[in-house]
Amino acid sequence: MKLFLSLLFRNRLAAFGAVVLAIIVILAVLTPLLPLHPPNATNTANRYLRPLADGHLLGTDHLGRDLLSRLLWGTRLSLAVGFAAALIAGLAGAAIGVMAGYFGGRTDNVTMRGIDMLMAFPYILLALAIVAVLGPGLLNALIAVAVVNIPFFARNIRGVTVGIAHREFIDAARLAGMGHARILLTEVVPNIVPVVVIAMSTTIGWMILETAGLSFLGLGSQPPQADLGSMLGEARSALITAPHTSIVPGVMILLIVMSVNLLGDGIRDALDPRLRSGALARPMAATRVDRRDVPPAQGDGLLTIDALDTQFQIGKRIYKAVNQVSLDLRPGECLGLIGESGSGKSVTALSVMGLVASPPGVITGGAVRLEGQDLIGAPYEVLRSLRGRRVAYIFQDPLSTLHPLYRIGDQLTEAIRVHDPVSHAEAHKRAVKLLEDVRIPNAAARMCAYPHELSGGMRQRVGIAMALANDPDIIIADEPTTALDVTVQAQILALLDELRQSRGLAILFITHDFGVVGQLCDRVAVMYGGRIVETGPTAEVLAAPAHPYTRRLIACVPELGQGQRVLAAIPGLPPAVDQLPDGCAFAPRCEKARAACKSGEIALTGATRKVRCLYPEEAHVARAENH
Amino acid sequence: MGGYILKRLLSAIPVLLGITVIVFLIMAMIPGDPATAILGSFATPENVERLNRFLGLDEPLWRQYFIWLGNMLQGDFGRSFALNRPVLDEILDRFSATLILAGTAFILCAVLGIVAGVVSASRQYGLADKAITFVVILGISVPSFFLGMMMILLFAVQLRWLPVSGMFSIWGGGNLPDLIRHLTMPAIALAVVATGVVARLSRGAMLEVLRQDFIRTARAKGVPERRVIWGHALRAAMVGIIPVLGIQAGFVLSGAVYIEIVFQWPGVGRMLVDAILRRDILLVQGGVVFIAACYVGFNIVVDVAQAMLDPRIKT
Repeated sequence: MKLFLSLLFRNRLAAFGAVVLAIIVILAVLTPLLPLHPPNATNTANRYLRPLADGHLLGTDHLGRDLLSRLLWGTRLSLAVGFAAALIAGLAGAAIGVMAGYFGGRTDNVTMRGIDMLMAFPYILLALAIVAVLGPGLLNALIAVAVVNIPFFARNIRGVTVGIAHREFIDAARLAGMGHARILLTEVVPNIVPVVVIAMSTTIGWMILETAGLSFLGLGSQPPQADLGSMLGEARSALITAPHTSIVPGVMILLIVMSVNLLGDGIRDALDPRLRSGALARPMAATRVDRRDVPPAQGDGLLTIDALDTQFQIGKRIYKAVNQVSLDLRPGECLGLIGESGSGKSVTALSVMGLVASPPGVITGGAVRLEGQDLIGAPYEVLRSLRGRRVAYIFQDPLSTLHPLYRIGDQLTEAIRVHDPVSHAEAHKRAVKLLEDVRIPNAAARMCAYPHELSGGMRQRVGIAMALANDPDIIIADEPTTALDVTVQAQILALLDELRQSRGLAILFITHDFGVVGQLCDRVAVMYGGRIVETGPTAEVLAAPAHPYTRRLIACVPELGQGQRVLAAIPGLPPAVDQLPDGCAFAPRCEKARAACKSGEIALTGATRKVRCLYPEEAHVARAENH
Repeated sequence: MGGYILKRLLSAIPVLLGITVIVFLIMAMIPGDPATAILGSFATPENVERLNRFLGLDEPLWRQYFIWLGNMLQGDFGRSFALNRPVLDEILDRFSATLILAGTAFILCAVLGIVAGVVSASRQYGLADKAITFVVILGISVPSFFLGMMMILLFAVQLRWLPVSGMFSIWGGGNLPDLIRHLTMPAIALAVVATGVVARLSRGAMLEVLRQDFIRTARAKGVPERRVIWGHALRAAMVGIIPVLGIQAGFVLSGAVYIEIVFQWPGVGRMLVDAILRRDILLVQGGVVFIAACYVGFNIVVDVAQAMLDPRIKT
């Protein structure tokens, strides 16, 4: 509750709304006690006095009645009617919604069809029809507005109730022999009260507006009694000669409705967990860069990553997703980057082309060089022209990574045409060729298919074809086979390997599966807790892992034809990268950890094979000595 | 697609029937005797009875409903006693005016609302976003009739740029430029609230979409950011925006009632309010059914547009 209030007041607009509304409500409550003229006392000698006239702060209306007094009394009436309508609509709607949602089946069906029917009317038609039956009058307008809004509440509350009615505690109550009435009152209703209250608070503004509207039309409050709407309606005929009589009530309606809306928005935002966590923030076109110094170039590969630091900054927390990572990729080489989920391998890959979602991602240090040209902090247009043309990506889940509403042909030709402005016909021809290259049968016909019409394997082939569209030098494949089943996985790997050979592609292959690395990669780098812990040629690493983590990771790969073997899962969880321990990040899960492992910085040492461990595995040490 | 349209048209039939039932029942609940209302309280009992029989009001309720429905299906909506002319003629005369007003306002609110929402989302927390958010809050809080009155004061009375009210000038009017001059203020006043709602929703839908994986794919392909926003993201966001446009059409139609009164626009909304104040039941009944049917029809168009946009909707 305290958190909620502080969130609400951090939102300055909501706080402003709350203050304005509070002042208006207090004034309305105190109206009978204030020293005002009687609101209905006419004085035709003093018609249309301007504001600030003697004794009439806001002037007088067409019958010489004091506008200030009428304004406050009218506000009082409008507020009361608005709140009452919201209350009636909320309670009735909630009752209908709870019944429909809780009992389900036919009750639900019939009720909801009726609700749908009511929603097929533009709201004012229904309100007009109801007023036509009941006759003009404020109470009737109130009823009309309330009734018109019942469907909205009923629908919302039904949705919430359906969610609750299938929860375990309801079943438990039923099994305990409680009757429907008791379950509804003791289990269901308490859970939906907050929802109803929020829905009411956000619709009061509407209710006030709608009743004011009916009164404005002459269908609501009848003279001499006046709410804000009928004040406006009466003043309309004198709009041009005495505009203040219209402006005064109009501005009041605007103030009330605006403050209610601001407050309602603030309440909704404060309660929305996604807004709190920043999950609704928009990722920018390129990752934000906040880098102090540029490390010197180390390797001389096609793509070199030097001491890269990428962080997620959420609130006051800093998650060091990529921590001083250095890699280099030579032409035509396949480098595997392996690690558990959360180890920072994908973030490393996305940092290369500035594709880490930001906010919250920030690149805080290091360099990524493509043939010596530093890409970190490069102008957006430079990055964009390299994306897809020199460095292309293949992503994990091809269903969510392909645009669901574009034909795959259009997505392919777009990939070609953003870098090479050829004609549509030419792009189409090339796209068909690409689909054939990735072994999609019936390629020309498939150009018209939507992603959801293809199988997972076919979709990933489309993803690969799209990456190949501009004949890039480097492909960064971010777990391209993880979402696929095993046979399809093998086909895709074979395809990638073949394309690599025939086109001389360099591939940075990200995976969590050592089996895949063994099939495809020349070299491998192992990541843990945002850092590289071991690198080396794949065969050597597989034969004699140096880091205990690598050894355990290799032991996780099941082998066919080896009979039953206990798969050695690694106990514990990967570290949270917002509070990395001193020393080796793997130490808490390592069987061989000693005191020295838990303090100080442990360096990545070695030449072709590097390892970040004080006590590397014996097999590795033995091999190193033999060489 | 043809099959889908047919299915959608057929599914509208029970909705339309439901609407006629609801309207009929509401009107049947009106206390008092329609014949007395027409003839006045000094009418003789024989005359009241004769008129009741003439209007078919001595029949049982369900028969009255079917007679009314049957007549309506044949284009006979009854006669307005206050205007002494067929209800349908009166509605059709005025409907084009409402259609011009509400249609213009609807197009305004859809275009401006979506553009404002997209700009707002693509500059989240930036200056443009804050400015748009503020204007939107103001827009959805102002009563359209009050806004209309203030516009008259400013643009017609003070600045004399636009005519105060009506649809055409009395002298020498009737051409298109004249109509546009008369239409400008009411259409804008009517569009403001709906624009705010559409802008707000479009912003939310865009923010939701911009985090999706396929946006990252588009960026990874090297698609220029402008095209990522206005092409890839907006297209996907439209799936969420279009149904709201359907709902907003109802609000625009509703708001037209107020705007027609403020600007003396000769449309159906004003006719309905007058009819209610005169207790001209058949005119109210016919008008409500007619507008509701148009609204249902418009929502079918919206659904079909949605199905054309989103291939995942089964056709």
